[in-house]
Amino acid sequence: MLPLELCIAGVMLISLIIYMLTGGADFGGGIWDLFATGPRAKSQRALITQAIAPIWEANHVWLIVIVVLLFVAFPVAFAAISTALHIPLTLMLIGIVLRGSAFVFRTYDVQSDTTHRRWSRVFAVASAITPVMLGITLGAVASGTMHVDIESGQVDTNFISAWFAPFPFAIGFFTLTLCALLAAVYLTLETDDSALQEDFRRRALIAAVSVGAMAGLSFILSADGAPTIRRGLGNAPWSIPFHILTGAVALWAIWTIWNRQFRLARILVPIQVTLIVFGWGLAQYPYLVTPDLTFSNTAAPDAVLRPILIVLGVGGVLLVPAFWYLYAVFKGTARKKRQTEEEIGT
Amino acid sequence: MTDLLAARAQMAMSLAFHIIFAAVGIAMPLLMVIAEGLWLKTREEVYLTLAKQWAKGTAIMFAVGAVSGTVLSFELGLLWPNFMAYAGPIIGMPFSLEGFAFFLEAIFLGLYLYGWDRIPKLAHWFAGMMVLLGGTFSGIFVVTANAWMNTPTGFSIVDGKVTNVDPIAAMLNPSSFSQALHMTIAAFLAVGFAVAGIHAYFLRRDPDNLFHRRAFTIALSVGAVFALLQPISGDISAKRVAKYQPIKLAAMEAQWETERGAPLRIGGIPDEDAEETRYALEIPKALSFLAHFDFDAEIMGLKEVPREDRPPVTIVHFAFQIMVACGIVLITVGIIGGWLAWKHKSLPTQRWYLRFVTFCTPLGFIAIEAGWTVTEVGRQPWVIYNIMRTADAVTPMPNLVVPFVSFTVLYIFLSIIVFILMRRHIFQSPRL
Ligand code: HDD
Ligand code: HEM
Ligand code: HEM
Repeated sequence: MLPLELCIAGVMLISLIIYMLTGGADFGGGIWDLFATGPRAKSQRALITQAIAPIWEANHVWLIVIVVLLFVAFPVAFAAISTALHIPLTLMLIGIVLRGSAFVFRTYDVQSDTTHRRWSRVFAVASAITPVMLGITLGAVASGTMHVDIESGQVDTNFISAWFAPFPFAIGFFTLTLCALLAAVYLTLETDDSALQEDFRRRALIAAVSVGAMAGLSFILSADGAPTIRRGLGNAPWSIPFHILTGAVALWAIWTIWNRQFRLARILVPIQVTLIVFGWGLAQYPYLVTPDLTFSNTAAPDAVLRPILIVLGVGGVLLVPAFWYLYAVFKGTARKKRQTEEEIGT
Repeated sequence: MTDLLAARAQMAMSLAFHIIFAAVGIAMPLLMVIAEGLWLKTREEVYLTLAKQWAKGTAIMFAVGAVSGTVLSFELGLLWPNFMAYAGPIIGMPFSLEGFAFFLEAIFLGLYLYGWDRIPKLAHWFAGMMVLLGGTFSGIFVVTANAWMNTPTGFSIVDGKVTNVDPIAAMLNPSSFSQALHMTIAAFLAVGFAVAGIHAYFLRRDPDNLFHRRAFTIALSVGAVFALLQPISGDISAKRVAKYQPIKLAAMEAQWETERGAPLRIGGIPDEDAEETRYALEIPKALSFLAHFDFDAEIMGLKEVPREDRPPVTIVHFAFQIMVACGIVLITVGIIGGWLAWKHKSLPTQRWYLRFVTFCTPLGFIAIEAGWTVTEVGRQPWVIYNIMRTADAVTPMPNLVVPFVSFTVLYIFLSIIVFILMRRHIFQSPRL
C-alpha cells in the first residue's frame, strides 16, 4: 500500500493539473484579452468572455482544494511556504481578486465602450500577473533555497531571496505561456467564425513556440537554480523516455495546430501540459519543499489523513457527474452545432 | 502599528468584508428558488422576472464572495503560519468538506446563471436548490472550524506536541452546533430584511407595482420567520458561552465581580482601568437566569483573570448590545408585519410600515458584523482558546502594515464599485 501522505500528494498533483487545464486556461483567456488586436479585437474579447463566464468559478475551486490539502496534510510545509513566499502569494491574491471582480463588473457594468475597456484592461492584466506569481511560487518551492528546521518548523528566510531569482521567474513565465497556449487552443473550437478561428490558431502557434522556449530556458536555469530537481529531471531512469514523450507530444500538437486539426490539438495540448506538470511532480519527489521537507517528514498523522482520503473519494465520485453536466451544457453545444452543420454540408 | 496589530486588523477586515458576500451567497439562492418555484407552480410571468432579476444582482455578489474567500484561505497561512502548522490537521476536516460544498455551489451556480435557456425548467430549479445547499453547507463547515477555536477538542497534548488527533471530534466540538445554527439563521434573516427593505422603498413610490409586491412578500416572509428563530438560537449560544468561555460572557455583559444572581445590563460604559461599568440599566438576576436557567446561579467576573488574559471589554460589550438591539428591532418588524397582514388580510403596505422596513435594510448585516466581533474579539488574547495566544501565532514577516493597507484600499475600492453596480441594478428593476 502506498503511504497515505503520498495518496494525498497524488490528489494534490492531479488537482494542480486539472487547475492548470481549466483555471489556467481561464487565465489564458485573460492574457489573450490583453493581446486582442486587429479588426476582430472586439469579437475576440466577446468570445473569451462567453467561453469562460459560466465555468470560471467552478474551475477556480481546484486551487482552494490544493491549499486546503496542503495545510491539512502537510501543515509545516504550508507554514513555511506561506511565510517565505508571503510576497508573491500576496501579489497572486491581489491578481485573483482583481481578475474575478473585474470580470463580473465588466459583464454587469454599463455597456459603454470606455467602461468596458477599462474593466477589460484590469481583467487582462490581472489574468497575466496571477499565473506568473503562481509559477514563481512553484519555482521557489522547487529551487531548494528555503531551509526549514524540521523540529521547530521555523523557516530561515529573508522573505525575498527564495523567490526573487532567475529560476522561479523562468517558471513563472513558463506557466504564463502554458496558460496562453491552452486558452488559444480551446478558443479555436469555441467559435464557428473561421476568421476568429484563424486568429486563435496564430496565437496558439506563437504560444506553443514560447512554451518550447521557456521550457528550454527553465531547464538551463535549473542547473544552478534548482539542482535537486535538475537531478530528478536529468538522471533518473524514467527521465529520458519521459522527455522524449513530452517533446513528441509537443511537436505533434504544433503540427495539428498548423494543419488546423483543432479537435486533435484540443486533446494533445492538454496531454502535453499534463506531462509537464506530472514530470515536475516526479522530479520533485520525495521533496515537498526542497531541500529539507519531504512528503513523509511533514505529513500529518494517519488518523488525520485517512478520513480526509475517504472524504476525497466519496466527494470525488459525487463531483464527476456534476462537472460533466456543467461542461456538457456549456462546452458541448458549440461543437455539436458544428458537427450537425458539417453533416448537412454547410 | 505593530506587526501583530496589522495582522489582526488585516484578518478582521478581510473577514468582515467576506461575510457580507458569504451571507448573500447563502441566502439569496433561497429567495430565488422560492420565486422560481412559484413561477413553476402558478406560471405567473412576474415570478420568473423576479428570479432572473435577483439572479443578476447575486452574480456580482457571488464573484466577489469567491475571490475574497480565496484570499482568506491563503491569509490563514500568510498571517498565522504557526496557528495553521498547529491546527491545520485538526480542523482540516471541515475545510475539506467545505471544498466540496464550494464545488457544488460553483458548478450549479454556473448552470443557474447561464443556463436559463439551455437546460429544462425543472433541472434549472434543481440547480438553484443545489446552489442553496452548497452555500449553506459552506457556511456551516467553516463556522465549525471557527467553533473549534472557541472550544478546542479532538486532540491531546503530550510534552507540548499534539497527538491523538480525532478530526471528527474536533469538527463536532461543543460550539459547532450553536454557532452554525446561529450563523445560518443570521444569513437568511439579514438578507431577507435587506431585500425586503429595498423593495419596500420602491413600493412606497409605486404601491401597485406587482414585481415589488411579490418580491416584498417573499423577502419579508423569509426575514420574519428567521427573525423569530434567532433569539432562541442566540440563547443556545449564550448558554454555551457561559459554560465554556465564562470570561467572554463576562466581557459581553461587562461583569467585573463574580456574583450570584448577576443582573443583565442594558447599555452602560465599561471602564477597564477602574474595573467597573457605569450608567447601565440593570435587570436584577436576569443574567444568571439567562445563562444558567437559575436566578441565583454564579456568574464569573472579569477580575477572576489577570488583566493580560482579558479580552477588550468595551468592544465586546458594545458589539453584543448592538447585535441584540438589531435583533429586537427586526423581530418587532416581523411581528408587526405578520399582525398587519393577518388583520387586513393583505400585504402590509401601510406607508409608515414600509418606511420602517426600509429603515431596517442594513440592520441584519450590522448584527452579523457585531456578532462576529463578540465571538472573535471576545476570544482574545487567545487564537485557540486557552491553548495558543494570538501573539504566538503571527507570522515573522516584517512590515505587515503594507499588505494590510493594500488589501484595505483594494476592498474599499471593490465596495464602492459593488455599491454603484447594485444601486444601478436595483434602480433598473422592472416597473410592472
Ligand atoms: C442577523 C444577525 C444576528 C442577530 C439578529 C443576532 N445574532 Fe447573535 N450572532 C450573530 C448574528 C446575529 C453572528 C454574526 O452570526 C454570530 C457570530 C458568531 C456566531 O456563531 O454567530 C453571533 C454570535 C452570538 C453570540 C456569541 C457566540 C460566541 O461567542 O461564540 C451570542 C451569545 C449571541 N450571538 C446571542 C444572540 C442573542 C441573544 C440575540 C438576540 C436577539 C442575537 N444573538 C441576535
Ligand atoms: C462565518 C464565516 C464564513 C461564512 C459563513 C462563509 C461562507 C461562505 C459562502 C456561503 C461562500 C460561497 C458564497 C459566495 O461565493 O459568495 C463562501 C465563499 C468562500 N469562502 Fe467563506 N465563509 C466564511 C468565512 C470564510 C473563511 C474564514 C474562509 C477561509 C479560510 C473562507 C473561504 C472561502 C472561499 C475560499 C470561498 C470561495 C469558494 C468559491 O470559489 O466558490 N470563508 N464562503
Ligand atoms: C466571517 C465572519 C467573521 C468575522 C467578521 C470575524 C472577525 C474577526 C475579527 C474582528 C478578528 C480580530 C480579533 C482581534 O484580533 O481582536 C478575527 C480574528 C481571527 N479570526 Fe475571525 N471572524 C469571522 C469568522 C472567522 C472564521 C470562520 C474563522 C476560521 C475558520 C476565523 C478565524 C480567525 C483567525 C485565525 C483570526 C486571527 C487570530 C485572532 O485574532 O484571534 N474567523 N476575526
